[in-house]
Amino acid sequence: MDIIYDPFRVIGDALRGLLGGFGLPDWAVQLIMIVIGVSVLVVFAMLTMMFLTWLERKLIARIQDRVGPNRVGPLGLLQPVADMVKLFTKEFIIPTNADKVIYYLAPIIFVIPAFMVFAVMPFDRHAIISDLNIGWLYIVAIGSTSTIALLMAGWSSNNKYALLGGMRAVAQFVSYEIPQVLSVVGILLLVGSLRMGAIVEAQNTIWFVLLQPVAFVIFLLSTISEINRTPFDLPEAESEIIAGYHTEYGAIGFALFSLAEFINMFAASALAATIFFGGWQGPILPGWLWFLIKSYAMVFVMIWLRGTLPRLRVDQLMNFAWKVLVPLSLVNLTLAGVGVSVMNYYGWQLSSLPGVLFAFGTFLVFNVIMVLLFLALYRTPKVERRNVVLVKQASKSRPQTPAAASGR
Amino acid sequence: MIAIKDQRSKMDWIMEFLTFIVFAGMTLTGAVFMVTLHNLVRSVLAMILAFVGVAGLYLVLEAEFLAAIQVLVYVGAVAVLVLFAIMLTQRVSDPNKPTNNAQAWLAFTVSVAMFGILSWVYAPIKWPALPALPTVNNEPVGSVVNLGQQLLGAYAVPFEVASVVLLVALLGAIILARE
Amino acid sequence: MLGDYAAVGVLLAIVLTIPIGGYVVTWLLRPKRAYPLKQQTYECGLETTGDTWVQFKVQYYIFALIFVVFDIETVFIYPWAVAYKQTGLFALVEMMIFILILVMGLAYAWRKGALEWV
Repeated sequence: MDIIYDPFRVIGDALRGLLGGFGLPDWAVQLIMIVIGVSVLVVFAMLTMMFLTWLERKLIARIQDRVGPNRVGPLGLLQPVADMVKLFTKEFIIPTNADKVIYYLAPIIFVIPAFMVFAVMPFDRHAIISDLNIGWLYIVAIGSTSTIALLMAGWSSNNKYALLGGMRAVAQFVSYEIPQVLSVVGILLLVGSLRMGAIVEAQNTIWFVLLQPVAFVIFLLSTISEINRTPFDLPEAESEIIAGYHTEYGAIGFALFSLAEFINMFAASALAATIFFGGWQGPILPGWLWFLIKSYAMVFVMIWLRGTLPRLRVDQLMNFAWKVLVPLSLVNLTLAGVGVSVMNYYGWQLSSLPGVLFAFGTFLVFNVIMVLLFLALYRTPKVERRNVVLVKQASKSRPQTPAAASGR
Repeated sequence: MIAIKDQRSKMDWIMEFLTFIVFAGMTLTGAVFMVTLHNLVRSVLAMILAFVGVAGLYLVLEAEFLAAIQVLVYVGAVAVLVLFAIMLTQRVSDPNKPTNNAQAWLAFTVSVAMFGILSWVYAPIKWPALPALPTVNNEPVGSVVNLGQQLLGAYAVPFEVASVVLLVALLGAIILARE
Repeated sequence: MLGDYAAVGVLLAIVLTIPIGGYVVTWLLRPKRAYPLKQQTYECGLETTGDTWVQFKVQYYIFALIFVVFDIETVFIYPWAVAYKQTGLFALVEMMIFILILVMGLAYAWRKGALEWV
């Protein structure tokens, strides 16, 4: 039974014993264990990426009443392999005016943080590469370096659209990082640690999404925005700026960018599942299965959003970050502080049933207050129509200004 | 799951030294390229390399919170700010323009003198070797929890002053940018 | 503690091989028939005119500046949040003052229209 419920520990112990049997020194055994663990993780991430490309295309197709990829392999499952072969054998065209060194470097630097995030991801009770003390902060710090890669890609292509896309991507990333970081503070207050392992363990009685629902919504929206997915995929808005920062990237360059984007998507889903839905915690089924179920549920939500919602406008996007999400997350943070104070004052523990119920009640009241406050204060902005006039009407009413015909 | 946690051995010492060399080399390489490259954007990228190297050095000094903050604030925020500032200007690279001004040699002399003086002061000192990091409440001194407690206890006033400084910085930025 | 980061270092080393390996593999497999027309900058089908350096508006810079301030704010908030259980009510009051001062800054930026993306 242990091999199903706690496979990582069983296999790890077996390997450790095997390696120790060879008479290797302690540090060498540790090192080999690390290398094996990391290799498994990397292979898992690559397979996940390939599966996600298939899943996304299939689901979007279903949403749009199409069939989706169905030629290569059963159900089109081998489509990612075919894509990979195609991208590997394509000619890699570098524009003449590009800054070659940076052009080559940008995809590399974009791929690295995408994988590095998984170093602190708790896949199961004993399946975490390195449970760092600064876990969540490590993720934020590593994630913030990908902005540089986007700017490098946009700038080195020496293409107007690419540069515009890169600048937009960074401005957007930077704006949504604040609400993302602030929305997790409520969780940190409850846990009292930045370690990802501790965050999961603190949820064995109640998922934090029940205590911090508003924080979860803020987190989800800002995370989707950070990984540039619809409805926040302005940096890649094909109707305005072709493909944004990777306009000039084909073949392997494009493959690396999309590899990193899909891995980011899975990492974001896994993070949401870990921080708000209890990670590997769950009854009956083994932990790693719970982790995968929850992560893929979040992946499904993200694909669903992409299939349903149209893209925002740039000004709406920035306003939404700074005028809605940031104030809301600051209010949420303060109320969470008060809530934890109330819990401390009455001595409610999340480990006991009455404590959980009382805490849930308190936070429910706070969250309801917050939502009501938000609805009372946030007036839907009047639909700002641009002054676009049809050419015929324009010539009738204002024949003297040809500029009015073209809007602005 | 996997973490090397035993007494400090010779192996550990070698690893630590190698890590230090790697990160120090990164910092220096980045700094040198930043000063010498003609293209502004490339020189900012070199600066980022130096920032990452410094973060690594913090890590070697067992200040992981500081290392994360170094990456978060300097690579993720300050470098972006500088790059945006460059994008606001018109001409970015001009190979004919010198990268240094007339005081370069003076600056170089001062730097070398500074390095000499610091080496002269610090080299003879025998640093006591600590068997392990000192701990407070079963946590290493530099841990986030201890940092928070110090920040809210003994250093409450600097903490609040920091927020005023940030406020002033924000106001100044807005006023400057609106000019 | 550095030992905890050994795994992170190994991960970095292994991850580095993926994009580099990708470049090497394509370099071996791909056709190499480049000519100037193919390597032109991609635009609407016409040749590009003018500099790529369109001057960006100052809004980008303002948002980056506000971001730096809030980023540093999180540096202070995180230790507070982690140490909160041990410190108690006084810490809450302190943090409320801290946030209030920064909210004043945000409100000022809002009033002055610095948060407006035109």
